[in-house]
Amino acid sequence: MSGILLLEQSLNGLQFGLMLFLLAAGLTLVFGIMDMINLAHGSLYMVGAFLAATFVDLTGSFWLAVALALAGTALVGMALEVSVLRRLYARDHLSQVLATFALILVANETVRIVWGPQLPLAAPPALAGPVEIVPGLQYSSYRLVIIAVGLAVAAALYFAIARTRVGMLVRAGASNREMAVAMGVNIKRLFTIVFGCAAALCAVAGAMLGPILAVQVGMGENILILAFVVIVIGGIGSIRGALVGALLVGVVDTMGRAFLPHLLRQFLRADLAGALGPALASILIYVLMAAILFWKPQGLFPARG
Amino acid sequence: MRRWLPFAVLAAAAAFPLVARPLGWDFYIGFASRIMIYALAASSLNLVLGYGGMVSFGHAAFVGAGAYTVAVLMAEGVASAWVAWPLAVALAGALAAAIGAVCLRTRGVYFIMITLAFAQMIYYIAVGMRAYGGEEGLNLPTRSQLGFGLDLKDDVTFYYLVLAILAAALYALRRTVGARFGRVIEAIRENETRMDAIGFPTYRYKLVCFALGGALAGLAGALLANQNSYVNPNLLYWTQSGTLMIMVILGGVGYLYGGVLGAVALLVLEEVVSGYTIHWQLGVGAVMLAIVLFAPRGLAGLAQGRRDG
Amino acid sequence: MRRTALALAAALPLAFAAQAADKVKVGFISTLSGPNAAIGVDIRDGFNLAVKLAGGKLGGLPAEVIVADDQLNPDVAKQNADRMVKRDRVDFVTGTVFSNVVLAIAPQVIESKTFFIGPNAGPAQYTGAQCNPYFFSSSWPSEAYSEAAGQYVTQRGFKSVVFLAPNYQGGKDAANGFKRYFKGKLAEEMYTKLGQLDYAAELAQIRAAKPDALYVFLPGGMGVNFIKQFVASGMSKDIQLVVPLWGSDQDIIRAVGDPMLGLFSLGHWTIDLDNAANRKFVAEFEKAYKRLPTGYAASGYDTGLLLDAAIRKVKGKIEDKEALRAAIKSADFKSVRGDFKFGANQFPVQNYYLQAITKNADGRIVHKTVGTVLTARGDAYVQDCKMK
Repeated sequence: MSGILLLEQSLNGLQFGLMLFLLAAGLTLVFGIMDMINLAHGSLYMVGAFLAATFVDLTGSFWLAVALALAGTALVGMALEVSVLRRLYARDHLSQVLATFALILVANETVRIVWGPQLPLAAPPALAGPVEIVPGLQYSSYRLVIIAVGLAVAAALYFAIARTRVGMLVRAGASNREMAVAMGVNIKRLFTIVFGCAAALCAVAGAMLGPILAVQVGMGENILILAFVVIVIGGIGSIRGALVGALLVGVVDTMGRAFLPHLLRQFLRADLAGALGPALASILIYVLMAAILFWKPQGLFPARG
Repeated sequence: MRRWLPFAVLAAAAAFPLVARPLGWDFYIGFASRIMIYALAASSLNLVLGYGGMVSFGHAAFVGAGAYTVAVLMAEGVASAWVAWPLAVALAGALAAAIGAVCLRTRGVYFIMITLAFAQMIYYIAVGMRAYGGEEGLNLPTRSQLGFGLDLKDDVTFYYLVLAILAAALYALRRTVGARFGRVIEAIRENETRMDAIGFPTYRYKLVCFALGGALAGLAGALLANQNSYVNPNLLYWTQSGTLMIMVILGGVGYLYGGVLGAVALLVLEEVVSGYTIHWQLGVGAVMLAIVLFAPRGLAGLAQGRRDG
Repeated sequence: MRRTALALAAALPLAFAAQAADKVKVGFISTLSGPNAAIGVDIRDGFNLAVKLAGGKLGGLPAEVIVADDQLNPDVAKQNADRMVKRDRVDFVTGTVFSNVVLAIAPQVIESKTFFIGPNAGPAQYTGAQCNPYFFSSSWPSEAYSEAAGQYVTQRGFKSVVFLAPNYQGGKDAANGFKRYFKGKLAEEMYTKLGQLDYAAELAQIRAAKPDALYVFLPGGMGVNFIKQFVASGMSKDIQLVVPLWGSDQDIIRAVGDPMLGLFSLGHWTIDLDNAANRKFVAEFEKAYKRLPTGYAASGYDTGLLLDAAIRKVKGKIEDKEALRAAIKSADFKSVRGDFKFGANQFPVQNYYLQAITKNADGRIVHKTVGTVLTARGDAYVQDCKMK
């Protein structure tokens, strides 16, 4: 196994992990502060990607479109919070699961009616090609930009949570909601703001991943499950946990897909190893999650004491 | 529920093929069997979720385990229902016991997610079973052999068998939840700490309940494999667990007939709406959302509420 | 109506077997949503075009085409097939795209003595021992494109090749076909989850394996994503990418654009094939749908022509299954792909072409026939088929 291969796979894992983090960060905040399971989180990711594709078409600028999609998705998220989700906070997890599952169906069909099943979205032309980062390794420049955006958002988020007043309220809400209300926090407005921010993070992930993956109906479902895995591993309500969990999942998933078939080939027939590899690699992250929950039933960084 | 109502429904269900067959509605006989199988699966989840209060998001794994047991045995030449079905029930129950033993250490949302994780693992194991179809699944060359001159290939015979099994299972469920075991389980759902303090081994009670639900789901899986003459990993995917959960919530969590009502409502709704528009999911989603917001106790709760008031 | 006719026909075969049907029903189950929707839509549009050009009829009978979306979910496909066979009582089932869907629904369709006509890759099982009088493929045997790819890669003298396919039946078939004709060394054999969209991990493995060529068997949206990411990774300069026709067709060209230029593909049909049927098809398709046809569309159109010819040959008496089967098998029509006939297993025997992806005179990216790689090729399993 060469160093270059290892480096490239690490970058892939990092890129995937950071995008998962953007989704997981919003999810964990909503989960931690409002005690609300939002299965429709993936739908906001989808809406973000479709908005980005639409705005690229209208404005011709990728980055302007990302910014507009971010704002648009935040508005959609806040509207959703005010109209439907707010009614669910007091309900049990079961009702929340059902209601937000229903929202997924509604969102998918609405997007299909408005935009059709999929939209084209390309990376900006300047980033279409590869760059040489070390001799012998050409790496997609767009993926590097994704990593940079992911790191920047993570840093900004950390700053916002640790240093700003809203961040302080968020932390207070996550660790003890009743106490925060008792101390006079306007929890209603806080919830709406948090939900808007979570939606905006979804839009960033959707718009950035759109050119690599595909902007299509149903794109949110698969990645949503991964985001849930991430926040459960990290500990619900913890941004730091979401970051660690996301990177763990990203790296384990990528490395598993890359190296498991080779590992299996040591003691299995080549075609058998090739077939079994992807299946086992898909299981890996769930094994990781089950193992972590077995030893730390509250995740790695429990937000509540 | 009024006492005579279940019997009236049972009689109507028993009469259905007598009307449907002469009219050539063969498709609807199969469709009704399918609804009853899902009713059985949803009822098994209702035992765990409604009575036991354990929000399991991985119930499809047990249905799938039952279905795959039947399919794999048949691929290996064992077609007898008397071997395959009890084994499907036993395997699904054992799987549920093993998974439950780990998952029940966690609470709340963590429990939801870890059951999901285990179900996804089982799903990917099914995908990885290349000898038994892998990603594209496995066709059953025939339906299970029952003996006694009964041919399950005949849709009406199969229909009556499913109906009998569903009725028997509901009766058994009714007895179970009415017995001491059921009372304890419900009490644990309401206040686990107190039951613990009184001296009940709550963990063991919950585990038994979880395994029972899994075993019953395995039976539904065995029937489903026969109904479709086909199994594939999709049976175990998380959206299937979600669908079962929706049936339970739709029908009424913790009502004996909640699972049945939910299965009938959801599958009929899908069939009707999908006949009118390809955007049927929009309609189904809107109805579901309305039920959560305005009828939180499900259809069974709605019916009961009206009578109470 | 027709049921009564059938019942009577069973009782009085001599008197009523010749009763002609008043219309023909076609059950069209296809993948019309999700990332691979473009495939199903093209097959459907091609098929509908053939029906439309025949005046809304097939072989002189008014045609009713019942369309259903399988969502690339075998269970959904199964429900649809159930409904069509038992409730709508269709005469033919066609439209299917993916082999997992075919494997799920074919047994039930065949058992009800309804003809199944596969307009896209036919799974290898049905070419051999499992061949069946009611199973036809109007497209190509599952392994054929990959056989042609193996042959071409060997002819070009590539020594080290990486193979990449999804982990499903079609992927397995592709590997078998490719290895049958490829004489060099398979540097790496990779399988991914069906429907995977990010190929970063696989691309890194390919870079490390340093092959001369890369044969990629990824349908629909998977192919789009792979080619985009392959080009963005910068490897396209050093590694020749070889794909099946449908791995590079107009649906993918529309999504990927210029990076497609320079790829080679292999297929049973090319847009520039010089025969009258094809010229008419390409012109009419573009007129009707304002886009260039794909191999999928060609296959759907050919399926329509095949049924049209067969029903005409039995003079609309589609109840006589034996005669209808013989009529389908004779394939008495002018296919857009040129010479075409059925083998003993009712799978096509036809030519496979090497195609270069280039810009044509009006600046559009299209396939250009470069040569014939396999001539009148059937498949490797036909001798296992004991059917008469």
